[in-house]
Amino acid sequence: MMENVVLEMRGICKYFPGVRALEQVDFTLREGEIHALMGENGAGKSTLIKVLTGVYPKDAGYVTLSGAPVHIKSPQDAQNIGIATVYQEITLCPNLTVAENMYIGRTKGPFTNWSKINSDSDRLLQELGIPARAKDQLGNCSIAVQQMVAIARAVDMDCKVLILDEPTSSLDEQEVQKLFKLMRDLKSKGVGIIFVTHFLEQVYEVCDRITVLRDGMLVGEYIIEDLPRVQLVSKMLGKDFDDMAEIKSDSDAEKVDYDGTPVYQAINLTGTTGIKPFNFEIHKGEVNGFTGLLGSGRSESVRAIFGADRVTAGKVMVNGRTVSIRKPLDAMRCGISYLPEDRKKDGIVGDLSVRDNIILALQVMKGFFKPFSRAQAEKFADEYIELLNIKTASQDTPIKSLSGGNQQKVILARWLLANPQYLILDEPTRGIDVGTKVEIQKLVLKLASEGKSVTFISSEIDEMIRTCSRLVVLRDGKVVGELKGDDLNQNKIMATIAGGESNDIQ
Amino acid sequence: MSVNSNVLGENKLKKRSSLTDTNLLLIITIAVFFTMYACAVIFLKQGFLKPQMFFNILNENASLLVLSCGMTLVMITGGIDISVGQVTSLVCMTCAVYLQKVNDGLIAGNVFTSMCIALAIGLAFGIVQGFLVAYLEFQPFIVTLAGLFFAKGMTTIVSSDRIAVTYEPFVKLCRTEVTIPFLGSVNKKGIYIPAYVEVGVVVALAVVILLFCFLKWTKLGRNFYAVGGNNQSANMLGINVKLTKFLAHVLCGLCAGIGGYLFFLHACSGSPLHAQGAEMNAIASSIIGGTLLSGGVGNIIGTLFGVLSLSTIKNIVTSLGLDEAWWTNITVGAMLCVFLIIQSAILAIRNKKK
Repeated sequence: MMENVVLEMRGICKYFPGVRALEQVDFTLREGEIHALMGENGAGKSTLIKVLTGVYPKDAGYVTLSGAPVHIKSPQDAQNIGIATVYQEITLCPNLTVAENMYIGRTKGPFTNWSKINSDSDRLLQELGIPARAKDQLGNCSIAVQQMVAIARAVDMDCKVLILDEPTSSLDEQEVQKLFKLMRDLKSKGVGIIFVTHFLEQVYEVCDRITVLRDGMLVGEYIIEDLPRVQLVSKMLGKDFDDMAEIKSDSDAEKVDYDGTPVYQAINLTGTTGIKPFNFEIHKGEVNGFTGLLGSGRSESVRAIFGADRVTAGKVMVNGRTVSIRKPLDAMRCGISYLPEDRKKDGIVGDLSVRDNIILALQVMKGFFKPFSRAQAEKFADEYIELLNIKTASQDTPIKSLSGGNQQKVILARWLLANPQYLILDEPTRGIDVGTKVEIQKLVLKLASEGKSVTFISSEIDEMIRTCSRLVVLRDGKVVGELKGDDLNQNKIMATIAGGESNDIQ
Repeated sequence: MSVNSNVLGENKLKKRSSLTDTNLLLIITIAVFFTMYACAVIFLKQGFLKPQMFFNILNENASLLVLSCGMTLVMITGGIDISVGQVTSLVCMTCAVYLQKVNDGLIAGNVFTSMCIALAIGLAFGIVQGFLVAYLEFQPFIVTLAGLFFAKGMTTIVSSDRIAVTYEPFVKLCRTEVTIPFLGSVNKKGIYIPAYVEVGVVVALAVVILLFCFLKWTKLGRNFYAVGGNNQSANMLGINVKLTKFLAHVLCGLCAGIGGYLFFLHACSGSPLHAQGAEMNAIASSIIGGTLLSGGVGNIIGTLFGVLSLSTIKNIVTSLGLDEAWWTNITVGAMLCVFLIIQSAILAIRNKKK
């Protein structure tokens, strides 16, 4: 490396219980460059940054700053040696004033000089064009302003390395441009900037170099000119072709009656989670998919369908009848089931037995004051343990002691037992072994052939191509395309996800 | 929360009030206190017109004031300390036994060493509880509940009987009155009686001023607010969260020591029944004073007015001839509810405007 390397991370490993978050990751940052850190969620970007800033201790590897090895034990340490960070989530105190948030934790002496920090921050706010006053309480400012204040704090520190972890997600176009100008100014002063974002356009607008991570491992470091957009997307998503035969038989598509009344139809469905209004319909016996990079709104879309997040507008019809779905129970009563993306948080009830977890959804629909008899519950559980080949010591085993794949099957059993006409599976194959993945894919196709409608979401495009007959592509919370038939191939999908330069400018 | 980043125009900026939640709640508290006192003066007349009535409120509550200040500190960091009442009781008992032994010539000592004992007891509780809460990350409620029982048991071990102190220098200190000029009143016989406060009140007010300055102008004081606002953010902002929480408990313990001694000064005796439920009064005062149990918002001056409001309402109830204890309890309960409703209503309206 000929350039002046300001920060070097070598062989960084970080393990969480049961998860390999980072494995032998290298990262090099040079003086005066803007370096994008890219990867899907769970790729380890945020973990790498938190290791660098001392939020998490690293399990292996070393870090050097300007050539000297450093041990960063806490965010305070990181600040002291010149690493300033703006985190993904806003890490400021809403109960303090704007000025305090900009200076707390980094001034010298035991006292707070109010007049100085107020005038300093007013000057800085004005310079950066942030519409807030020093004495405003931060919690009363909009999210965008809070984010700008966090950036202002980081910029004001005399730092060698500036880390921006998704700083633009809550900013509008104008504010993003302001931020980019700021970044270029700092770059010309020799500050190394690490920029994490999901927005590909922004990467190509402002960055010099890209490091791509996938599944906690380093994919590579590239100069921006050498890596076209489509290639970047393919590197982020990875193409690990399983040596598995095409499961899907060609006859599937013909079986779907596209002219009949849709099982589920949404018109201008709008949620509170940042997705643009969208139309969507699914027919009997159809398997469709939502795809897009993480943060594109694919999970948010299906959550809106299920009523898991608040829906603000839109018309929903089930079998041609207008219904109102305001909460998950409404959706369940309409015969819609949803297998959530985050199994641990939204799916399993860890301390309950496998049996109780299986009958949970059906029990909710029946009402808690009319419990199933023990014999009935055991019958249900036995049936599905056998059907899905769930490996468990007994029905009474607490679900948390099962492996991830088997936990997933239990949750799947729960929703199958509810006998839905429309089943939404959000990342059902994440974090489980290949064998179980195939089983789940086969099951999806079998359900479809039995006349159920399925929405299938997966980060692995191959898997989607194998199972779905129609793909809805999202980018930045907006539906940008619908692919079916011959268009359903890797290249076309990736091109749609990445988007061309031409149709990006609104 | 929808992001209205487009409407961040200049006019929006001007309309928005720059008052922080802390200051807003402080203003509410002060306004309510003065309204209440004015009503008492207008409708009840007897007594409330005399300045001494007000000073008596201070005399009665010097100890509670200091305890409440300590409680406010911990509550600002998002914690709670329910041991302070029993620590007060323990301090009174220990000091009473100690001074009586000095009086009887059994051990050497003086008033000053008894003060040191009080502070040491408070500090010890603060340090142990602070360590458990901050560094071992136990729930502050449980830790200080244990502290409460511990202090209660210790008090009875020290002595299970009420002990009145007869040690001359201490009794003298107890009886010392600080005269307030120009605010005396003339009694029925036409003799001028000067208004006075006890020594404890002077100490308590000094503590109030000190802690007010501490929270307002020192970095550690500001860190209390940051930690209470969002302790993860505070960590990311470069604040040592554990140390901050620890110090909040130590300071609260210290306040319990001081408050305990002030109670001792006022009562001039030790008893297992002293300061029963004082921690609840302290929490109530802090809340009426605008401290949020969720942390990050609160003010010492507010706490001062919280204590005054709480005692004034008790006095009003008594003046109305409703002497029974349950009437005061019911009124205090109702008052807390009304306060919470006012506070949350105002904060809700304010957040809606945003």
